[in-house]
Amino acid sequence: MTSLPADTQIAPEPGRRRARGRLTWARAARASVPYLLILPVLAAVVTVLAYPLYNVVTLSFQRYGLTELIQHSGSWIGGANYGSVLHDSVFWHTLLRTVIFAAVNVALTIGLGTLIALLLVKVSSWLRVMLTVGLVLVWSVPAVVAVQIWYWMTNFQNGVVNYVLGAGQHDWYASTFSQLGLVTALIVWAGIPFVTITVYAGLAQVPSELLDAAAIDGAGWFRTFRDVTFPILKPILLILTSLSIIWDFGVFTQQYLLIRPEHLNSSNYLMGVYLFKEGYLKTDFGRGAAISILMFVIVAVLSVVYVRKMVKAEGVA
Amino acid sequence: MRSAASGRRRRARQTGWNLVGIAVFVVMVFPVYWMVTTALKPDDEINSASPTWFPLDATFSHFREAIAGSDHPYFWNAVVNSLIVVGITVALSMVLAFLAAIALAKYRFSGAKMFVALMIAIQMLPQVGLVIPLYVVLRNYGLTSNSVVLFGLILTYLTFVLPFAVWTLRGFLLGIPKELEEAAMVDGSSRLGAFFRILLPLVAPGLVATSVFVFVTAWNEYIFANVLLLDQSKQTVTVWLSYFTGTSRHTDWGALMAASTVIAVPVILFFLLVQRKMRFGLTAGAVKG
Repeated sequence: MTSLPADTQIAPEPGRRRARGRLTWARAARASVPYLLILPVLAAVVTVLAYPLYNVVTLSFQRYGLTELIQHSGSWIGGANYGSVLHDSVFWHTLLRTVIFAAVNVALTIGLGTLIALLLVKVSSWLRVMLTVGLVLVWSVPAVVAVQIWYWMTNFQNGVVNYVLGAGQHDWYASTFSQLGLVTALIVWAGIPFVTITVYAGLAQVPSELLDAAAIDGAGWFRTFRDVTFPILKPILLILTSLSIIWDFGVFTQQYLLIRPEHLNSSNYLMGVYLFKEGYLKTDFGRGAAISILMFVIVAVLSVVYVRKMVKAEGVA
Repeated sequence: MRSAASGRRRRARQTGWNLVGIAVFVVMVFPVYWMVTTALKPDDEINSASPTWFPLDATFSHFREAIAGSDHPYFWNAVVNSLIVVGITVALSMVLAFLAAIALAKYRFSGAKMFVALMIAIQMLPQVGLVIPLYVVLRNYGLTSNSVVLFGLILTYLTFVLPFAVWTLRGFLLGIPKELEEAAMVDGSSRLGAFFRILLPLVAPGLVATSVFVFVTAWNEYIFANVLLLDQSKQTVTVWLSYFTGTSRHTDWGALMAASTVIAVPVILFFLLVQRKMRFGLTAGAVKG
């Protein structure tokens, strides 16, 4: 708190101005109110987050395994952890796989979610209520539970998916491609409700006069969407896409539990599981910390590029 | 005759959209339906090669097995642990977040922008990247030993739910007209009096919605619970469920789905209760962010 400037003041409100120049103690006390109010949150965040964040940076430059954990001190090894990670072909393969995986997942979640939101406008009102309740139902299923449901539905012996597709006893967990396909299906299914419900709320902001005017001008469905609806949805879609990129790039629970720890190896890692297995489970905390830092940097770069692009597009249009 | 034809065409189009809507509904809701019905089916129906679409011979035996069966002890331990963690996280986070939200919504002060940026930045961090440093730090604080590990978990959850809680509550507070508050002060109440008589009742729906969100986040969390809660008697419901299939190759699907249902039900009920307010909070953040 010491770094904050001392001349803080509350918003000038009419009627307060008289006090200016007098009552300095009272003013100082009043000025400190907002800081006192945010102090508890700051304290909690700093103890549990700022220190670990500082810690992850220092750990990444140390040899820090189980022995060091017990002794509470690692030995400084400079950039060796980063060198080891960056020279590891598993890291690069995992990174590429994760980028493709996240791109597909984000595109499908946002695309399908938006289409269903547009569909909600078109259907009869009884069906709209039914669909909304259904979506909220799906939204509320805990990730761990969703994994178990999909595991059961896709099980090769008596899973309902094989029965419906007439696929006999097809093993969906046999290849990396189909494993990641399952994780994608699970994530997109669970992610659609949030997108649909948020976009649908955004659609309410589209003025109906504009839509009527477009219809009178003979604009088709696509042109109306592109020129009237989309510009209004854009800020919402921007936020949803950025959030989805962050979530899907850092996917862990769904892959770890659906594919199962014993079937996860360098051929099907996504970044989250790679980090967890290489860093935490192998108790190579220093190297794991280096992977964490690289992951933070990549996510930051991914979201920054995207946000900037959207902001620029906004400026041109 | 032209108008009758166009009316018929419009009705046909409406029916078309409705059919698509029903298809979407079936695809989206089916997994949840399948969970509940599997939990209610007798074993021979579950293990049969052709599925039974409607559980006509419903039985509660899988629920009994999952909750009290000798194969799956610790269910009630897990529920109690989850309730402890979730309850304390909700209570603490609501008090802390509400105070910070008042500061952001009702005062202008330098550093406010930095504080908001910090809150947003925390939400952008991939959580799995924090597993290692948090584990090391909590261990160094002595918070990973069995007697206090739940406290360590609560601290962790607190940090992750606070940014969203502060942000959402700020949105609810901004929605309250300033005049209402000022009117109360003119009537002779102090700022504190105005707060309790005017602000609190108005923001109550926001507090409920936000605390439901915190409840759900903490109840559903798996990554940190899995890392920190190694002792079976200390596990929360998500970790308990993840061990349900265990190591054996044969899975008791009925019991697994019954257990999943039991864990999902409180969350589903809460969500359905407050989803309108949630939506408001989320989109308010989205538009203003």
